[in-house]
Amino acid sequence: MDIVNFINDPTKMHIRTLEAMTGKSVPRKAPVPLFSLRGISKSFPGVLANDSIDLDIHASEIHALLGENGAGKSTLVKILYGFYRADTGKFLLNGEPIQINSPADARQAKIGLVFQDFSLIPAFTVTENIALFLPELKSVLNLNDVEDRIHAISERYHLDVDAGKLVANLSLGEQQKVEILKLLLSGSRVLILDEPTRVLAPHEVESLYKVLANLRSDGYAIILITHKLHEVMECANRVTVLRRGRVAGTMQRPGLNESTLIQLMFGKTLDGGIRKKRRNTQSGIKPLLSLQAVKTLDDFTSVGLKEIDLEIFPGEIVGVAGVSGNGQRELSDVILGMSACSQGRKILFGQDATTWSIRRIRKDGVAFIPESPLQMAVTGWLPVIHNMAVTRPWIYSIWGGFRVNWQKVVADAKRAFAQLGFELPNLFAPAGSLSGGNLQRMTIARELAYQPKLIIASYLTRGLDVQSTLAAQKALVESSEKGIGILLISEDLDELFLLSDRLIVLLGGSIVATRLPHDTNSYEIGHLMTGSKVLHDPKH
Amino acid sequence: MTQNIEAVSATKIALPRWMKDILRYVYMIALSFLLFGLILLVTGKDPIQSYRDIFSSTLGSSYGLSEVIVAMTPILLTGLAVSLPSRIMLINVGAEGQLYIGAALATWGALTFNTLPAWALIPIMMLLGMVGGALWAFIPAYLKSIGLVNETITSLLFNPVAPKIIGFLVFGFWHSPMDTNKTARFVEAARLPALFGTRVTVGILFGVVLLVGFWLFMRFSRWGLEMRAIGGNSQASRRNGIPLKAYIIIVFCAGGAIAGLAGMVQASGYYGLLLTNFSIGWGFMGFLICWLVAGDPFGILIMSFLVSVILTGGNLLQITRGVPYSIINILLALTLFVVLARPTFTIGRKS
Repeated sequence: MDIVNFINDPTKMHIRTLEAMTGKSVPRKAPVPLFSLRGISKSFPGVLANDSIDLDIHASEIHALLGENGAGKSTLVKILYGFYRADTGKFLLNGEPIQINSPADARQAKIGLVFQDFSLIPAFTVTENIALFLPELKSVLNLNDVEDRIHAISERYHLDVDAGKLVANLSLGEQQKVEILKLLLSGSRVLILDEPTRVLAPHEVESLYKVLANLRSDGYAIILITHKLHEVMECANRVTVLRRGRVAGTMQRPGLNESTLIQLMFGKTLDGGIRKKRRNTQSGIKPLLSLQAVKTLDDFTSVGLKEIDLEIFPGEIVGVAGVSGNGQRELSDVILGMSACSQGRKILFGQDATTWSIRRIRKDGVAFIPESPLQMAVTGWLPVIHNMAVTRPWIYSIWGGFRVNWQKVVADAKRAFAQLGFELPNLFAPAGSLSGGNLQRMTIARELAYQPKLIIASYLTRGLDVQSTLAAQKALVESSEKGIGILLISEDLDELFLLSDRLIVLLGGSIVATRLPHDTNSYEIGHLMTGSKVLHDPKH
Repeated sequence: MTQNIEAVSATKIALPRWMKDILRYVYMIALSFLLFGLILLVTGKDPIQSYRDIFSSTLGSSYGLSEVIVAMTPILLTGLAVSLPSRIMLINVGAEGQLYIGAALATWGALTFNTLPAWALIPIMMLLGMVGGALWAFIPAYLKSIGLVNETITSLLFNPVAPKIIGFLVFGFWHSPMDTNKTARFVEAARLPALFGTRVTVGILFGVVLLVGFWLFMRFSRWGLEMRAIGGNSQASRRNGIPLKAYIIIVFCAGGAIAGLAGMVQASGYYGLLLTNFSIGWGFMGFLICWLVAGDPFGILIMSFLVSVILTGGNLLQITRGVPYSIINILLALTLFVVLARPTFTIGRKS
């Protein structure tokens, strides 16, 4: 059965012409779904990631897969695209069973995936990248032909990119457009977008929605993976909610309703969010941290910081906004002492700390909560309790360091978890066996256990489910109320606006703006983040 | 607390870990002997008779056993010299060179302080041997710590240089009136004491003590904890404030020091003089042994014993059966091959 036949379905064309003539939408009968999953299950050791999932994807719809982290969305996508093989279950394409055992099979079935982390080759131009992906690529390249096709499609869907540019010189938003173009040119009819707004500034999100709406009206099926409710409310016309690997329910527009979706996602209503008291900057207090014209060297993998001036006062949460890769990692590294200042001075707690070691900086009261604890905070195969002790082994040393006082570590760990109201994990299980949320809780508990004066929290809630996010944010706000200064690096503007007393925007390693949250809005910040001059009307 | 950890890991697998490990070793050794038996059969020798010769000559008599221990002494130490840096994911391929330089410095001590009594001279030589090995390890370690060059390559490339330095010293300055390629015999005070009237020296005790100390240190000490953290995730450990550079230099040099001690033990105990090109690849054999058992201290003990049995038995096989000695290298290579293939006994894996 050919999809093209279905897309060119005469009845459908008729409806569309009718719509075009009357300017009104015409109700459509439920046709055979373009693509269906039946009873898909997938288990990993100890986890049933997907439990007999049924899903129907129709042409001309934006189908949102909604669920908190760990609900099984990513696994399902990987099964759909042939990365994983389902334990049981089958796929139907236009009602006919098909096999998807590899990404090549998926592409054969005209299913395309826009990766969360893009799969473009930076050293190639846009055209070359797209040509590389085309199934019918000739032995002798005709790039002009490819370029013409790119122009045709990009004009139709307002996916404007300069086809001759190197991908390395494109912004993340433009790269995403290239990813979508790639799929369109290769003839995909089902487009899967995995958390597409994660890397985008607000105005880019809007233009993505427009692109998706255009694609939908041309008969494409779009699967939108997300854990953000407002995205679903804005653009999806069918929503399937996943919870603990099962389909918790499906809703259709009209009839989408936020509170019902929340109930489906969590199985209960959530208690209220964070309430933060705004703090007024007092004068006459010394800053905890002061960076004075700090520069770092750049290399192939990172941007260098350029003349950073930054002060953090006690009890203040300074939010760092910016598209990732604009110096956030470097900023936290330079404060922690991971990388050296090539110029400038770093004053910590009133002392010149420019050349201090990481251990000295931590000992003096700097805590660090990184974005991916498994890579940046713990040794995965060591037990939780070892990882708890490892930042300050000297306070647990007995017999001059030849033994470690594990009873004391256990007691401290229990106290640290209890103070934050976190559930105590199995302290003797390998840290790597904890779920992402529990691992982040462990890191937070460890970092806050020793009365820090300054916390660097980098992408604190990335990859956390809603409940863990709330717990982590609450821990930060409570710390700031105790007078701890906090540098909060985040890609989630809502989070930054919610928590920050002051916002700075990083672009290309410089602080391009400092704003107070109540004096600005996410559109202005978004423009500052991307460095775009054109002011965008949010109403448009 | 440690019991708790074991309880956790034991819930995942049916057999206790140590039993699985032992089964694995037995299985691998049996497999390599089987393969070697086939080779013997093809060359027209009776494999069963050959094996009986190997084992009766080595394990069957106290003399044979003592010769096995003699052969085991240097490779136990060099295995440890490789294992220590491997705990923080450093690969020390330079034990051979470190062993030479350690022997050279120890020899200098033996020749210079030859009037001292044994209780003073032996410790001085041990110290010099360790300093020599550590010095030879320092350059790769320092270059690694500042992020310039990979320690695997530098430590490997330092190996062929060391024997040349020994050659320069021995041919140029230290050779005895009789020979050009070796020094005169050390004075009696510079010789490591032998045990039980055999050729076994106290060097083997250094190895065993260091091995047990190493195990206790890694398991119980604060620094062992930090090293295990580095070994599992060096980037996270750096962010957690563990002084990574210092650990790289100190641990790598400590490995070098143990290899240097092995050099001292061989010069002072085994030969009683310094010979150019005296090592038959002890440093490399230690590397092999360490990686065969993934750096596990007691694995090193067992594996170095086994390799010594093969080496010693091979000598005898050559004499009695007319088998060329190089066939023993085939057996060693087969063992390595089987171990690297990592056979498992689990029939059907849980996914």
